[in-house]
Amino acid sequence: MNAATLAALNAARAALRPVVLATRLPDGHQMLLPDEAASPALNAAALVALAKDKNGTQEIDGSAWFLHAYAPPVRLVIVGAVHIAQSLVPMAAPLGVQIIVVDPRRSFATEERFPNVTLMDDWPDDAMKAIAPDSRTAVITLTHDPKLDDPALDQALRSDAFYIGSLGSRRTHAARLARLAALGHDEAALARIKGPVGLDIGAVSAPEIALSILAEFVAYRRRLGRPA
Amino acid sequence: MSLDILHQAEAWRAAGEEVAIATVTETWGSSPRPAGSQLLVSRSGRMEGSVSGGCIEGAVAEAAMTTIATGVPQLLDFGVTDEQAWEVGLACGGKLKVFVEKLS
Repeated sequence: MNAATLAALNAARAALRPVVLATRLPDGHQMLLPDEAASPALNAAALVALAKDKNGTQEIDGSAWFLHAYAPPVRLVIVGAVHIAQSLVPMAAPLGVQIIVVDPRRSFATEERFPNVTLMDDWPDDAMKAIAPDSRTAVITLTHDPKLDDPALDQALRSDAFYIGSLGSRRTHAARLARLAALGHDEAALARIKGPVGLDIGAVSAPEIALSILAEFVAYRRRLGRPA
Repeated sequence: MSLDILHQAEAWRAAGEEVAIATVTETWGSSPRPAGSQLLVSRSGRMEGSVSGGCIEGAVAEAAMTTIATGVPQLLDFGVTDEQAWEVGLACGGKLKVFVEKLS
């Protein structure tokens, strides 16, 4: 790889622009796709690789090409800069996700408590409108406070978010679902919310709960929304 | 958080290091790391990342040193039927290809 290609690739990633680094094997000729100068077959294969987030070698135009897909990172929106979020954030960071913590209570959402993440102190409905969750976004609410959790869940359900989780006991969750139903969400929509959130591993402490939530998040991410 | 591989490559190069990038381009069977996994090797012997569970990193690093010296990329084959792989011990029984290129 030459330095110019590496710089262009890193610039595209920084700008959250999806690109594919195509390498011809074995001579190592490279290009960034999509590119008008590349063949239609290469560009088409690159778009498929990005959509599937999948790297691999393919025979294209009579040559072997390794297509390395660099889709923008999956976004993990955490509503509630609470104690569990303080465990969740450092555990999520090495998973290669972009973390956004939303909490309008400024004493909670401080840089000191949450270094190196995007902090938003807007109300959750405004924050969620700005974030605009898509099919590469997960939303987890942790506040237990209906004023904060409900608007975030309401917006998440109106989006293509691939994973929606909400912290709270079964009783809390049942009451939450009733409130969201009153906002017009039907049963199928409400079933998208994982509550109580996380895999059932008997988690007790904040780091254990964070682990169970992230395990469920990974199951959804890797199985494209169809966990076993 | 530590730098990702491609930023690490840029940083090492900016610091005057000669660097090779090894990338898993294809896997068969129970290879531990998926296609796209990368190992960075510098001439001074620094390594970052991985292309397997540790079974072939040594052989890949050795090939990387050659590529750093010659500038010529290499497509390496590792598999159970491969005598060299047997020596370096791809115990998982998987098979993979690794492309090694110099950052020029």
